Amino acid sequence: MAAVKQTVEQVQGLEKYKHGFSSDIEQDFAPKGLNADIVRFISAKKNEPQWMLDSRLDAFERWLAMDEPDWAKVNFPRIDYQDSYYYAAPKEKVGIASLDEVDPEILEVYKKLGIPLKEQEVLAGVVGSPRYAVDAVFDSVSVVTTFKKELAQVGVIFCSMSEAIREHPELVKQYLGSVVPVSDNYFACLNAAVFSDGSFVYVPPGVRCPMELSTYFRINAENSGQFERTLIIADKGSYVSYLEGCTAPMRDENQLHAAVVELVTMDDAEIKYSTVQNWYPGDPETGKGGIYNFVTKRADCRGDRSKVSWTQVETGSSITWKYPSCVLRGEGSSGEFYSIAITNGRQQADTGTKMIHLGANTRSRIISKGISAGRSSNTYRGLVSAHPKAKGARNFTQCDSLLIGKHCAAHTVPYIEARNGQAKFEHEATTTRLSEDQLFYAMQRGLSQEEAVQLLVNGFVKDVLQELPMEFAVEAQKLVAISLEGSVG
Amino acid sequence: MLSVSNLHATVDGKPILKGLTLDVPAGEVHAIMGPNGAGKSTLSYVLTGRQGYDVTEGGATLDGEDLLALEANERAAKGVFLSFQYPLEIPGVPALTFIRTALNAQKKSRGEPEITAPAFLKLAREKAAALKIDFEMLKRALNVGFSGGEKKRMEIFQMAMLSPRFLILDETDSGLDIDALRIVSEGVNAMRSPDRAMLVITHYQRLLDYIKPDRVHVLAGGRIVASGGPELALELERDGYDRYAKAA
Repeated sequence: MAAVKQTVEQVQGLEKYKHGFSSDIEQDFAPKGLNADIVRFISAKKNEPQWMLDSRLDAFERWLAMDEPDWAKVNFPRIDYQDSYYYAAPKEKVGIASLDEVDPEILEVYKKLGIPLKEQEVLAGVVGSPRYAVDAVFDSVSVVTTFKKELAQVGVIFCSMSEAIREHPELVKQYLGSVVPVSDNYFACLNAAVFSDGSFVYVPPGVRCPMELSTYFRINAENSGQFERTLIIADKGSYVSYLEGCTAPMRDENQLHAAVVELVTMDDAEIKYSTVQNWYPGDPETGKGGIYNFVTKRADCRGDRSKVSWTQVETGSSITWKYPSCVLRGEGSSGEFYSIAITNGRQQADTGTKMIHLGANTRSRIISKGISAGRSSNTYRGLVSAHPKAKGARNFTQCDSLLIGKHCAAHTVPYIEARNGQAKFEHEATTTRLSEDQLFYAMQRGLSQEEAVQLLVNGFVKDVLQELPMEFAVEAQKLVAISLEGSVG
Repeated sequence: MLSVSNLHATVDGKPILKGLTLDVPAGEVHAIMGPNGAGKSTLSYVLTGRQGYDVTEGGATLDGEDLLALEANERAAKGVFLSFQYPLEIPGVPALTFIRTALNAQKKSRGEPEITAPAFLKLAREKAAALKIDFEMLKRALNVGFSGGEKKRMEIFQMAMLSPRFLILDETDSGLDIDALRIVSEGVNAMRSPDRAMLVITHYQRLLDYIKPDRVHVLAGGRIVASGGPELALELERDGYDRYAKAA
C-alpha cells in the first residue's frame, strides 16, 4: 500500500511542471561567454543598424563597471556570466513570410503549450469568443506574430523588437531606454547590451486596440539566457491590453532570464499589462535548476490622466526578483499593481512594486497576495513615494501573505516616503496561515484536501484574479492550483 | 444507521473517549448531553474524520460500512454532516460557490452527475426562503462578517442543500436568540425523515424543546453513562450533571 502511494506521488510529481518538456530543434548559437564580440555577433545576426550596435556596446562597457546587486532577500551562488549562451535561435529561412514557413517542430511546441499561433484556428473558434494576437518568442528570437495585418488597419504596430528596430527606427530611437535607462541597474544594463528579441507595440492617438495582444516566451535551449526587451507606447487617448506568458523546460542548470519592459503612456492613454509567469521553478526537493527571473519592468505615465495597470501571476522560476513600477509624471495619472506570487518547494521570490508620484493628484493602488508553501521564501518589497510637487497624491496598499505548512516564510518590506504634506498613503498588511480548521471545515463538506486548498487559495487571491483578462483568469486559476499541488499534508 | 462500539480516542496523545458505545437507528433523533470536557465535541470530530483525533480502540460504522477508514470528505460523500459549534470564515469564497463546489464534489464521489447551475440556484432560493436567509447574503464570502446567529443559520442552510443522511449538530443553539433558535429548529425538523438520523449535542435542555429527541444520552468521562427518553433531559436540567460526573 505504501509503495503504491509512493509511486502515485512520484508520478504526480513528474506531472507537476507541465511545460517541462524540451524540444530538439536545430539551433544557431553564439559562442559561449560574453564579450564585445558577442555583442557585435548578436547585433550582426539581427542585421541591426550602426546606432543600435553603438548603443549595445556602450551598455556593455557600463555593465563591466557595475556590481551585481545583493540587497534582495534571495540566496543563490554567484552567476558565472561566461558560462552561458547569449544568443540561441532556431535555424530558419531568412525573412519568414507566413506561418507555413515556420519550423513545424516549433509550431508543435506552442501547440503543446496550448497557444494558438494559426490565425485561422483562432478565427475558426466560437463566434464572439475573445480573440488575441500573439507574438511568439522562442529562445532569443521572435518566430511569428499573428494578426499583424488586421492590427495595421487601425494603425497599431505589433511586431518583434528586431523588426521594429529595422522598420520603425524613429519610434525605437525615441523611446527605447527612455523609461529604463541603460545603466539603471545591473541586469537592465546587461539586457541593453545583449537583448535578443521581444515585442514592440505602438498604439496611435485615439485608438482602442481591437484585440488583446500577447507574447509567449519560451526558453528551450540549454545553458542559454533569455534577455528580451519589450516596449509599448500608448499615444494620446489610446488603450491597449497586453499579456505575456512564460514557460521553460526542466533543466538541472539555472538559466538566467533578465528582461526589460518599458511602457509609455501619453495624455489619457491606458495600458493594461498582465503577466502569467510559469518558468521552471527548479526541483522542489533539492532546489536544483530553475530560472533566475531578474526582470526590470517600468511604466512612465508621461501624459496627464494616463493610466497603467500591472497584473502579475508569478508561480514559476527558482528565483523571482522583479518590481513592476510606475513613474506617475502626468498630472492626475494613476498606477495599479495587482500581484499574486506563489512560492513552493525551494523557490524564492522578492517582488513588489514602486509607485513614484511626481505629478499633482496622482493615484496608485497596490494589491499584493503572496502565498508561501513548502520550504520557500516570499518577500513583498514596495516603495511608495511622493515628491514635493505631487500635491494630493494618494496611495492605497494592501499586502496579504498566506502561509501553507510550517517550513515556509513570508516577509513584507514596505518603504514609504512622502515629501509633501498633502499626500495620503494608506498601508494594510496581513499574514495568515491556511488553517487546519478551515481545511477540515471544507473537507467535512465534501472537498478533498487538494480541492479545499484550491478553493481557499482562490478565495485569497480573488481580488487580483478578477483583474486579469477573462480567458487568462481561468488559466491563472488552474496554474495556482497546479503550483500548490502536494503543498499540504 | 450509526453504530459506535467501545470507541477509544485520543487528542494529542491524551485519552478523551474511553469506551463509548452508541446506536442511532434510521429515523431517530438522539441527544447527547454532558458537562464541559466530557468529550462531546471530540465525538463529533472523531465521527467526521478530523486530523489529530486518533482512534485507539473500537469502531464506528454507518449502515455497516466502516466510517473510520474513510477520509473526512469521503464520509461527507456518504452523507455525514456536521453543523459546527464555531463555523469557519472562508474569505473570498461566496457562500453559494462554496456550497456548490462541495455538493458537486460529493456527487462526483458518489458517481452522480453534477448539479446544473439553474437547478442549483432554484434549490438555493427555495431553501434560503425557508430559513429566512436573504439571498444576497449567499453571494457574500461565507461567514465573513456574519453574526453568530447568521453563521448557525448558514450551517443549517448548507445541511439543507447537501441533504445528508446522518446529521450531527454540535451546540447548534449556542449564540442564538429565541427567534433564531425557532427558525433553525424548524430547519432541522424539516430534515427529519425515516431514512435519516440525527445526533444533537447540547448543554441545555432548551434546544430539545424545539428538536424533540427519541433518546437522550449522558456523556461523561468519555463514555455514555446513562440513556433514557426525553424525560432524562428534563431531569438533567433540574439536577445538573453532578451525579453522572461522579459516576464517570
